[in-house]
Amino acid sequence: MDAGGRAEIEVRGLRKAFGDHEVLRGIDLEVARGEVVCVIGPSGSGKSTLLRCVNLLEEPTAGRVFVGGTEVTDPDVDIDAVRRRIGMVFQQFNLFPHVTVEENLTLPQRRVLGRDGEAAARVARENLERVGLLEKAAAYPAKLSGGQQQRVAIARALAMDPEVMLFDEPTSALDPELVGDVLAVMRGLAGDGMTMMVVTHEMSFAREVADRVVFMDGGRIVEEGPAEQVVGAPRQARTRDFLTRVLDPAAAAPPGPESAADRADRAP
Amino acid sequence: MTSRLTRRQRRRVSQGVQYAVFAAAVAAVAVLADWERLRNQFAQRDLARELFPEIITTALRNTVVYTVSGFAFGLALGLVIALMRLSSVAPYRWVAGVYIEFFRGLPALLIFIFVGVAVPLAFPGTEIPGGTYGKVALGLGLVAAAYMAETIRAGIQAVPRGQMEAARSLGFSHARAMVSVVIPQALRIVIPPLTNELVLLFKDSSLVLFLGVTLEERELTKFGRDLASQTANSTPILVAGLCYLLVTVPLGFLVRRLEARTGRAG
Repeated sequence: MDAGGRAEIEVRGLRKAFGDHEVLRGIDLEVARGEVVCVIGPSGSGKSTLLRCVNLLEEPTAGRVFVGGTEVTDPDVDIDAVRRRIGMVFQQFNLFPHVTVEENLTLPQRRVLGRDGEAAARVARENLERVGLLEKAAAYPAKLSGGQQQRVAIARALAMDPEVMLFDEPTSALDPELVGDVLAVMRGLAGDGMTMMVVTHEMSFAREVADRVVFMDGGRIVEEGPAEQVVGAPRQARTRDFLTRVLDPAAAAPPGPESAADRADRAP
Repeated sequence: MTSRLTRRQRRRVSQGVQYAVFAAAVAAVAVLADWERLRNQFAQRDLARELFPEIITTALRNTVVYTVSGFAFGLALGLVIALMRLSSVAPYRWVAGVYIEFFRGLPALLIFIFVGVAVPLAFPGTEIPGGTYGKVALGLGLVAAAYMAETIRAGIQAVPRGQMEAARSLGFSHARAMVSVVIPQALRIVIPPLTNELVLLFKDSSLVLFLGVTLEERELTKFGRDLASQTANSTPILVAGLCYLLVTVPLGFLVRRLEARTGRAG
C-alpha cells in the first residue's frame, strides 16, 4: 500500500448498531489529503456516529476505517497514537474546566506528546493567537463565551499538530451571533490546507468551504458530490426535502404521520 | 364549621402558641434542673484550668493527628475502591462492592477491636507500622474508605462524559485521562461531602479509647475520661467536649460554605 496516493480518511463498509438500533448501514467514504468534506443530514441520520467511528470514540459493529494509511479499526492498533493525529472538536466544546485556557492546550501536549513546559507553552500561544484568543490565555473556560470556548477547543486540537480535523456540529450549541467567529477560524484552517471532516447544519458554510458535501439519511449516504451540486442542485428527493426544511423551515411542507426526524427522536 | 378568624389572626395565634411552648420548655429546664449540682460536677473552674495546656498540646493534638492520618489513608483507599467499583473487570467491582457493604454495615468500634486484636493474631510477628498511630489510621481509614469510595464514585460519575471523550480524542490513555482530567474534577465535586466525612472521623477518633494507649497517645475523649475518674469530677469531660466543638463547628460552617459555592458553580 502506498501512503502517498492513499486517501487521508478511508471508510469501508462501516456499520454501527446500538443494540437492535442500526445507526450506520454500510458507509463507504474517502477524504483526500487537504480536502474539506461536510456531512449533512437530518438528526438521527448517523452523521455524528460516523464521525465518532473515525477516531474510534464509537466502536464500529462492522467495516474498516483507515486514517493516514493506519487501520483505526485494527484491534491491535495503538489507538492513543492514532488519535494524536486526529483532532476532534465537539458540539459541547468539552474544555477542561479545572484548568486555565492555556493549560487546556499545554496539558495534552505535555502528558501525551511529552513536550517540555516551555515548548508546550509556545505552541499553545501560537495556536491561541491563531484563533484570536491569546489575551484569554490565563482565563478559566467558564469565563468565556460559547464561541470563545469553541475556538479554544479548536486551538487545543491544533496544538497536537493533527493531520486531520473532525468537527462534530461545532456551532450547534452556540448563540447565532457567535457562530460567525468559529466558522471564520474553520475557514482559515481549510484555507491552510487542513484535511477536515465537518458534521454541520451550516449550509452556507458547507457551500462556501466544502470541497465535497455528503448527505446522509437513515444510516446511509444518499448523495455526495461538489458542494454547489449537493446543496445547490440536489438530485435526490430526500436531499431536496431536507434542504428545504433547513434553509427555509417556515416554508416546509407539514410533516407526514411519521417523519424521519420523529423516528430519530425515539431512537435510544 | 368555618373559623371566624382571619388568615392573619390565625397566623398570629399559631406563632403565639409556638413561642409559648418554647418558653415553657426553657423555663421547665431552668427551674427543674439542679444547676448547683451540675455546676459542681461539670464546671469546676480550677479543675478546668489544670487541664491546660495538656488538653490542647497532647489530647487535641492527638485527636487531630489520628483524624488526619485516618482521613489520608481512607482517602487513598477510598479512591482505589471507587476506581475498582467503576472497573470493567467484574471481580474488582465485586470486591469493591463487598468491601463497601461490609465496612459500612459494621460499627466502627468492632473494626477498631478487630484491628487491635485480629491483625496481630493473623500476621504473627508483624507490627502495624507507627504503633498506636498506625493502628488508629488503619481502623479509621478502613471505615472512612467505605463511605468515601461511594462519595468519590458518585463524583467521578458526575464528571460529564464529554471530558473523558475529549481527553481520549487528544490521545490520552484511559488511565492518564482519569488521573489528569476526570479525577481532579471529581475531587472538586466531592470536597463538601469529604469535609463532612472529616467531621465524622474527628468524632470517631474517640474510639481510640478502646485501644490500649500510653499517656502521650491519649486523645480528647480518653484524656477527659481519665482525668474525670482521677478527680472524681466530670469537668474534664465538658472541656473535652468543648474542644471537639472548637473544631467541628467551624468545619461544619466550612462545609455549608463549600456546598453553597458548589451549588452556584454547578
